Amino acid sequence: MLALSRWKILLVLASALFGLIFTLPNLLPDNVLETVPAWLPHDRLSLGLDLRGGSYLLMEVDTNALNQERLTNLTEDVRTKLRVAQINFDSLGLQGDVVSLHVPDAAQYQQAFKLLSNQIGGQLATGGRDVSIAQKPGQIIEVSYVPQAAKEAAEDAVTRSIEIIRRRIDALGATNPSITRQGANRIVIEAPGESDPERLKAVIGKTAKLTFQLVDTTVTTDDLKAGRIPPDDELLPSDDHYQEAYVVKRRAIVDGGMLTNASAEHDPETGNPDIAFAFNGVGAQRFGETTADNVGKPFAIVIDKRIISAPGIRGPILGGSGVITGNFTEESAHDLALMLKTGALPAPLIVEEQHTVGAELGADAVRAGQISILIGAALILTFIILSYGLFGGFAALALAVNGLMIVGTMSLFHATLTLPGVAGLLLTLAVAVDANVLIYERMRDEVRSGRPAMAAADAGFSRALTTIVDANVTTVVAAVIMFWLGAGPVRGFALTLLIGVLSSVFTAVLITQVLIGWWFRATRAKKLPIV
Amino acid sequence: MWPLIKLIPTKTKVPFVSLSRLFATLSILAAIATVGGVFYPGLNLGIDFKGGTVVEFNTGAKPADLGRVRGVVNGLNLGDVQVQRFGADNDAVVRFQTPPGADAGAVAGKVKAAISQALGQVTFSRTDVVGPEVSGELMQKGILALLTAIGLMLIYIWFRFELQFGLGAVVALFHDLTLSFGLILLLRLEFSLNLIAALLTIIGYSMNDTVVVFDRLRENRRKYKRMPLRDLIDLSVNETLSRTVITGLTALLALSGLAVFGGESLRPLSIVLLFGIVIGTYSSIYVASPIVLLWGVRRDDEPAKPIGPQPANFVSRP
Repeated sequence: MLALSRWKILLVLASALFGLIFTLPNLLPDNVLETVPAWLPHDRLSLGLDLRGGSYLLMEVDTNALNQERLTNLTEDVRTKLRVAQINFDSLGLQGDVVSLHVPDAAQYQQAFKLLSNQIGGQLATGGRDVSIAQKPGQIIEVSYVPQAAKEAAEDAVTRSIEIIRRRIDALGATNPSITRQGANRIVIEAPGESDPERLKAVIGKTAKLTFQLVDTTVTTDDLKAGRIPPDDELLPSDDHYQEAYVVKRRAIVDGGMLTNASAEHDPETGNPDIAFAFNGVGAQRFGETTADNVGKPFAIVIDKRIISAPGIRGPILGGSGVITGNFTEESAHDLALMLKTGALPAPLIVEEQHTVGAELGADAVRAGQISILIGAALILTFIILSYGLFGGFAALALAVNGLMIVGTMSLFHATLTLPGVAGLLLTLAVAVDANVLIYERMRDEVRSGRPAMAAADAGFSRALTTIVDANVTTVVAAVIMFWLGAGPVRGFALTLLIGVLSSVFTAVLITQVLIGWWFRATRAKKLPIV
Repeated sequence: MWPLIKLIPTKTKVPFVSLSRLFATLSILAAIATVGGVFYPGLNLGIDFKGGTVVEFNTGAKPADLGRVRGVVNGLNLGDVQVQRFGADNDAVVRFQTPPGADAGAVAGKVKAAISQALGQVTFSRTDVVGPEVSGELMQKGILALLTAIGLMLIYIWFRFELQFGLGAVVALFHDLTLSFGLILLLRLEFSLNLIAALLTIIGYSMNDTVVVFDRLRENRRKYKRMPLRDLIDLSVNETLSRTVITGLTALLALSGLAVFGGESLRPLSIVLLFGIVIGTYSSIYVASPIVLLWGVRRDDEPAKPIGPQPANFVSRP
């Protein structure tokens, strides 16, 4: 094995060169890296959030809320369709996730069934209707979504949410956020840098569903106390300073989907922050008609089922633009305008997991990692040279190339280095040394059993190889499982360990082999220095 | 005498097997203590596995007024809230469980706002929130990962060696895991995902060590066909001893820098890893090999009758 074939030497030189070229960008300061020609690699190790600071957010789409809203809409849809067709019905409502209603007149019952069968619901992406409509004894009709519809709605909600979140984060000016889908109903957002995680969460997580709803002034406080709220109305909490809650018409005259613009401005008289908005054609027309018909009545501006304010309509607003006043601060007006402009989330997002590391702590961690690696590497190199002398020096050289190859490979693949990854890196170096220790110990055994130096060295490599492979497969298995278990930092640890073990076996076996081969050729030694 | 390797005697004859009874007793006692410790006082589960929030903050020039922090945070009705100093005087950490039904992220935001309001200039160096759903999944995944790792190791060893070896190796793995849990319990380390990673690495390392000894055992078994298994094990362990010591020391040295300078958050990981390397080395000598001995090894590869001149059998007949 010690015969120095040309390909072995080439392979060793190539790997050393590869390691050096791809590691170099990590060692050069920015201004020097810029002067490096473009054909050379510029990629650096990407640091995990625990090292550079930043936020990791795992948000889950609230599918319960989504389903509830879809069922409410379905109910309203049924109500509208039947009213338009002038069909009399009663006890329309939700029972679990089924919309059921009763039609007293037998002829109208059949008419209603036909109408709903033709006009309610939509198409599934996979084909077929998304609702099923059934007739039940006692002239009852039941409408419900098929199971596939809920799944598609959730998927669609995640896709749309990602789009909206991206626009919101971009508008906030966070640097290089990564937004990815995870599983069926989760979204992972990673934002490096110093961005304020709480503001990020507030901007991302708020549904920001805007509606304009007329206040029902016919409901008196006595009605309210007795709980007598008409079925077409709803009671919504309020954030203005006048009333705790208002009874408003369920039907939204216009909603956020009809907005073309929203921006934070200031009231020219009071100087308070407010939000100017503009509607599209449909929105402007409806807004104009409603304000013209309801002069003098209060018009509630509702965001996420909370009333921001309920100003009285002073006159018809025909231009399709207006101003939302409320108790805003500069920041909240800015953020709300941003959210309105980017559109409402299809469903609320719940924070399931958050990890935020301040930039300062990240910098501390980088320093700690650097010191740990330097000390660990220095100790290993010293120890191995002290233990095996010249051959230890060969192993140390192989280890240095190994280090370059690991860092180079990780830079090439944009693998993320995390703080636990540093532990993986150090352990990898120890595993690399182990391969050399196995080889050297085997050489000593062979010498002891009477072989001449050259043959013993040769046998050391060939016979230790099976042991090395056997021993390292176990570490690879552990690393692969960790990667699969994979949450952020642990994944980094696993990846480092995995790349490290593969590179270690390669360098420890091949590089020391070439070096020892050269040594034999140069010295014609009759005795190994480790015996 | 340089290099140092020459200082290690080339032929050691430590009677490992005859000492195994003593060490087995110690190991079993430690394992029993650990199992007892899991029930009481129990593992100190981190938020990765039980959900909740950890907020770490720094108050800059003035020391953190923990009393005030306790006051404002308790005002939010979050149940049991821990407020502790964390390293220096101006560093503190707040931990609490998310009340059921609440949005974990929103609650964390409220707590941070309350702390800022009470203390003025505060930098939040770290915020970790894990919701109940995710923590449940992580727990499941963690246990699954450990079991899968052990299962795959068993299959690999079985495939490469023989079932008896596989059993020996797996008993050694359980031994290492149990004792590592023992250390985690003893030091009241917070059980987190990082520690699962440490345990998986220990599994890998311990196997690595065991495989090296088994490899030699297998080789020696072919070489010395007539030697009793007991002596074979002693011989193999002794022959691989210098490698075991040097590799173990290298791994310990590599991680020592991390344990000292790696910072507060990584210390549990490095402590468990260091312990695991020691215990993994110990177990391949005192757990894995004795189990093989206990079980016996099929020596099918031996011919039915020993070759060569047979010692005469004198049997006195009545």
